[in-house]
Formats: sequence, C-alpha cells, structure tokens
Amino acid sequence: MTQTLNQTATTNGTTPSDRIRVDLQLIADMVEPGTRVLDIGCGDGELLGYLKRTKKVDGRGLELSNEGVRNCVAQGLPVMQGDADRDLHDYPNDAFDYAILSQTLQATNRPREVLAELLRIGRKAIVSFPNFGHWRARFDLMFHGRMPQNPNLPIMWYETPNIHFCTVRDFVAMCKDMDLIIERSMVLNESGSKVSLGSHSNLANFFGNQALFMLSKKKG
Amino acid sequence: MSHTAPLSRRALPGHQIVLGETDKLRLDSGVDFGPFTLAYQTYGALNADKSNAVLVCHALTGDQYVADDVHPITGKEGWWRAIVGPGKIIDTEKYFVICTNVIGGCLGSTGPKETNPETGKPWGLDFPVITVGDMVRAQTMLIDHMGIDSLFAVIGGSMGGMQVLEWCKSYPERVFAAAPIATSYRHSAQNIAFHEVGRQAVMADPDWCGGNYLLEGKKPARGLAVARMTAHITYLSEPALHRKFGRKLQNRGGITYSFDHDFQVESYLRHQGKSFVDRFDANSYLYITRAMDYFDLSVEFDGRLAEAFRGSNTRFCVISFSSDWCFTTAESRRLAHALNAASCNVSCVEIESDKGHDAFLLDEPDFHMVLSGFIEGAAEARGLN
Repeated sequence: MTQTLNQTATTNGTTPSDRIRVDLQLIADMVEPGTRVLDIGCGDGELLGYLKRTKKVDGRGLELSNEGVRNCVAQGLPVMQGDADRDLHDYPNDAFDYAILSQTLQATNRPREVLAELLRIGRKAIVSFPNFGHWRARFDLMFHGRMPQNPNLPIMWYETPNIHFCTVRDFVAMCKDMDLIIERSMVLNESGSKVSLGSHSNLANFFGNQALFMLSKKKG
Repeated sequence: MSHTAPLSRRALPGHQIVLGETDKLRLDSGVDFGPFTLAYQTYGALNADKSNAVLVCHALTGDQYVADDVHPITGKEGWWRAIVGPGKIIDTEKYFVICTNVIGGCLGSTGPKETNPETGKPWGLDFPVITVGDMVRAQTMLIDHMGIDSLFAVIGGSMGGMQVLEWCKSYPERVFAAAPIATSYRHSAQNIAFHEVGRQAVMADPDWCGGNYLLEGKKPARGLAVARMTAHITYLSEPALHRKFGRKLQNRGGITYSFDHDFQVESYLRHQGKSFVDRFDANSYLYITRAMDYFDLSVEFDGRLAEAFRGSNTRFCVISFSSDWCFTTAESRRLAHALNAASCNVSCVEIESDKGHDAFLLDEPDFHMVLSGFIEGAAEARGLN
C-alpha cells in the first residue's frame, strides 16, 4: 500500500511471467496450496493473483483505493473496497486460513486491534512492516536529527500515511503482550530479500529493512 | 388491449409462454395465480450441458428487449446493447442470454392491462399485488421449462439488481455468478417516498378513472408523465443535469415571464414524460413501483441480512456508482458486508461517475472493465472459456 519495492523474484518454481515482488514472494512461500486467504491492502492484486494462479487458493482481497479494487475485479479477483481499521469486523471467526497484511500495519489507526482482528478471522496472520530499528533510521535520527527517508520510506513525515512505526523488537514485545505465537519471522534487506540474521535478534533489528512475521493464537 | 398499446401482445416480437396452468404461481400475497403469460427474449444458443445461460433482469421501466437492434415500440436500440450482444461483455456468441418482461409488466407478460379471464375485461386494480419475489418465481418457471438447472449468471441494475439478489437468496444453488448493479437489498424510505409521489400523480389524473381507464377508453397520460418526470430526476445527478442543461433556455432569446418551458431542462423532462406514456401502462407503473417498495431481503431474517446468503456458493460482484443517490454506495457496502459476514465470494466496486443512477445504462468504461473481468473470471471457474 505504501511501499515501492520494484525488484521481482526469480525464485524456484515460478515462470518468468509469474514474478512478483520479492517480499511478496516470501509471503507467498508461507501460504499452503488450496487454502483460504484474505489479503488486506491487496493493491492491484499482485500477490492475490499470484496465489490464485500458482497455489490455487480461494483468495479474497480488501483494498482502500478504488483504482486498486477496479483493477483487481477486472482481473477476476474477488476484492472489495474497505480498510483494515473499519471493515474487518464483518468477517466471521476463522473464515480464512491466512489473513495477510503486507506493508499496511504501520498505516492503520489501531495496529494492535487490527492484528487481533487478523487472528480472529484467520487461523494464521502474515504481517510485514518497515523496521524503524534499521540502522539507517537510527543514523538519520541520531546524526541528522531528521525523520528517516529512504527508498522504502520515501514520503515526508507530514505526508506519509505511515502513522504507527515500530521496530522489530517493539513488534515482538506486542506479540508477547497479546499472547501470540510467532510461528515464523524474518527480516528483509532493502530490496526485499531475506537476510540471515536470526529471527528477531538485536542484529536483525539493526540490519533488517523490513520484517515479516507469521503469527497464530495460542490454543484454548 | 389494442385500444391502449400501439402493439397488441400477439404482435410483439419475441417469445411468449403460458405458465402456471397446472401448478399455479403462489404469490407472496397468498394468491395462487395462473395461468399467466411471460414474454421473453433470448439471444445466442444454449450449450449442450446447459451451463451457459445468463439471465438479465430489467429495471422498473425496462423490458425484455435488452439487446434487440430495434425496439418494437420506441424504434431505438435495446436498453443494454452496450453490455449485451455479439462480442460484448455478455457475449451472445458465448452465452445464452434470457430476458423476461416481469410479471405485472406491460410488454407481453401478464399484467394489469391484460384481460382477466374471469371477467373478460382488463385486470386493472383487480390484478393482484406482486413482489420482486413473485417476479423471480415466475422466472424460475420459465427456466424450469427450458430445462436449465443452474444459471451461469444473473445480472441486472436497479430493480433488475433486486431480482438478482432475490434469486441469490431463494435459489442460491441455481446461480453461479451474480452481479447486482446500482441496487440495494431494500428500497429506502426516500425511494418509497418518490414512488409514492409518482403513484399519487397517476391517481390524481381524472383520466385514471379509479384504475379503469382502459374500459373508459381513456389514458392517464398527464399523471403518468409527471410520475416519470419526477422519477427521471432521481435517476440523474445534479452535476449531470448541470452539465447537460445548466440554465440554458429552450429556443428563445430570454425568459418569457410565463409558465412555458423556458428552460431546456423543463423541455427535456416534458419530452421524457411524454415519450414514456407512449410505451408504458399507468397501472403497471403502480404495481411495479409497489413491488420495489416492498422489497427488503433482510425482513424475513429480522434484519440480519447475512442470514439471507448463509451457505451460498454464488460469486457476487456488487457495483455502485459514486453519484447515484437513488441506490447509494453506502447501501451497496452494507450488502457487501453482509455477504462477507456470510463468508460469500464477493467483490464490491464503486465506479466514479457523475451520471447518477442511470450510469449503469450508459457508456462507463470503468464499469464495463469491472463487469467484464468479473464475468471472465466466473466463466473460467465455470469451465466456459
């Protein structure tokens, strides 16, 4: 929704015509075939279309921009206009195997409530967000005294839709507070590729440009 | 009948079928009705496994001539030629398209201007009150007769969209894909209010004769024209009216200080009213507006709309237009939310347009792009491509 990462994946198993953004590819890799998926903030349907074609998922989308919704439906993808803060409460419990929120959490009004909703309507939540703990963000603040701006966060503070920034460690603390299980986690570099720095270590928090988590609720 | 309609029922092109001879049509009012006639048009060919049928449902003043070259009465093109036809979005080279004149209508289907077999006179106000549910049940009898178990798609705008939703509620297993367009799951208080103005205009016309104008050899043309003028305003938007007419004067240098049609918009409305009475029956207008007023899909579920769609496998595409103040996007979103709550496969799109409610009948490229994508995707899932 807010980021522009233009590199595409060339990973195993995909035809050249079926390349998607590398960070989206990492999300797609987490999704089991034939499952029910809700992609919140699905944009032009890049991930949703890919999952439908390659994993035969029963996929649905929610997208804020009318243009995005139009483009999705015109491709035959079932998408409706809506936003994560307002429009998740209609969906029944456990309606989906995965609720995906890619690069959108930081733009919601109530990220914690949104995350709780994701795990109410989906058995698992897959969430990615820009990491404010990245060394360059720290550098910008410490040495320039300015809010960070970089290719992944290109918009000035007064115009950015990103209103709730957090670091990887902040996010992990919230998950702990919400009693959630972190099933998988990884940090990505500037181009969206996975970085091998442990899951959510201090090092990952320092060098990871974005973070990607798969979460579930504790049973019972 | 020939004393009112320019063409008698027999002279109308297209198909007519008599239904409900043995098993009558049970109306929502409790009346067992039949036999009755449904007039309908078909385009294209039904495939061998009867899986490519598309039912197009018409709006309040529409009819079965959805894609004809020449309408038998108006002489114009069919009302949805932009969408339906060879190579069009609803491609008649690929799909078998059916469109019926609704029961209660006035272009060949049994309605208040046809003859009541018990009296040998026009039904008039003795015609039973019908509902959108009744219209759809009558259509199912035709679809049964055609041997079609499941329709590939049911599509329609405005009252046509109400029929789409009624199909999805009552016969979900018979609808593979549904596109309710510029419509709602219930008629709003404002829409009921406008309809009541229209009905009162008809009934205030002395030539309405308490509904017996056919017997009296009269026609409540002024009342029906006023009803149409009022309704027509609600189908447009303020920006569309302004763009088309502004305050422009009609063939005159200045205002005439009279009640003549000084303004182009007045002239336009008068023309709309006048041409409408040539093709539409006043009592049909009363009955069909009433059917719309009574429409509320949530009422039998105590307002829990989602219950109407529970367990449905139909794929939905709900489309609204930003400047439509008759059937607003807010209403469409309520419908889409209910469909979500019922775990249905739903797309919901608002098309930016300043053309008001009538936008669904007009050349709107974004609308056409969305509908086309939805139908293509559904056809793929149905194995029709």
